[in-house]
Amino acid sequence: MMSHAAYVFASYAVALAVVAGLVLWVVGDGRARQRELKALNAAGIRRRSAEAPIGEGK
Amino acid sequence: MSENSLAIRKFSDLANPTRFLALADRVLPWLAALTVLFFAAGLWLSFTTEGDYQQGETVRIMYVHVPSAWLSMMCYTVMAISALGTLVWRHPLADVSAKAAAPIGASFTFLALVTGSLWGKPMWGTWWVWDARLTSVFVLFLMYLGLMALNRAMEDPARSARVSAVLVLVGFVNIPIIKFSVEWWNTLHQPASVMRLGGPTIDPEFLWPLMIMAIAFTLLFFTLHIAAMRNEIWRRRVTSLRRQVARNAGRESLAP
Repeated sequence: MMSHAAYVFASYAVALAVVAGLVLWVVGDGRARQRELKALNAAGIRRRSAEAPIGEGK
Repeated sequence: MSENSLAIRKFSDLANPTRFLALADRVLPWLAALTVLFFAAGLWLSFTTEGDYQQGETVRIMYVHVPSAWLSMMCYTVMAISALGTLVWRHPLADVSAKAAAPIGASFTFLALVTGSLWGKPMWGTWWVWDARLTSVFVLFLMYLGLMALNRAMEDPARSARVSAVLVLVGFVNIPIIKFSVEWWNTLHQPASVMRLGGPTIDPEFLWPLMIMAIAFTLLFFTLHIAAMRNEIWRRRVTSLRRQVARNAGRESLAP
């Protein structure tokens, strides 16, 4: 039988792991996508709307 | 495009993804800072306030369990509103919002289930019972996983958007079932003690850390959600740019 403090500790540990996992995933995903966009940009590939100064129209 | 034209004046201006990205860049640092601040205060209160005379120290589990359970339902509500945005108003960011929210909702539902079990073992004497509240939240968790699988299964976001929007709306029936399950059925889970007619019934000693933690979790959700939406917009841009490259390559190889 675990002590009550152990259950409290386990709960906060799981919460920390889940929140840290979410934050790392969102930050990592964002960085990877930014890298891809920069690589495409460096290769001279741009969105058509970015070339036309008028706006985002399709 | 001039800086001025990127300013957001109406809610409908958010429909422009470029404007949304500009707003996200401006808002995210503040939201993140506010989240950290509220978590610092919430965690401080969680560990400095008194234990309960019956639950003892385990009452502190409630300060993460209740906010994550609240988020699990709020996140689904955000997804249901986004689904309406996709189907009714054809808002271009609605699908991005629903898709970005699903993994976040699944994570907080998982957290609510695990912390609930960790409280249930010392207090109820069991990790799990198949009562109405626990089962309906478990079903919510499965629905999040199903929606994530569906979003990944279909290549074209425009097609998967409508299908998953319909599914999200059908699944929304589960939210009132979760909320009122403790009143409609005889459950081991206690009935509502914070959001109820007639005001909260819990002692201010526990209400304060609970409220601050609930605000901290809600701020965390919106920070993560906006950042995940930004990632999703970037992901779609990368996909469309790569498609554009492939099309151009095809055209060049066909030319004599």
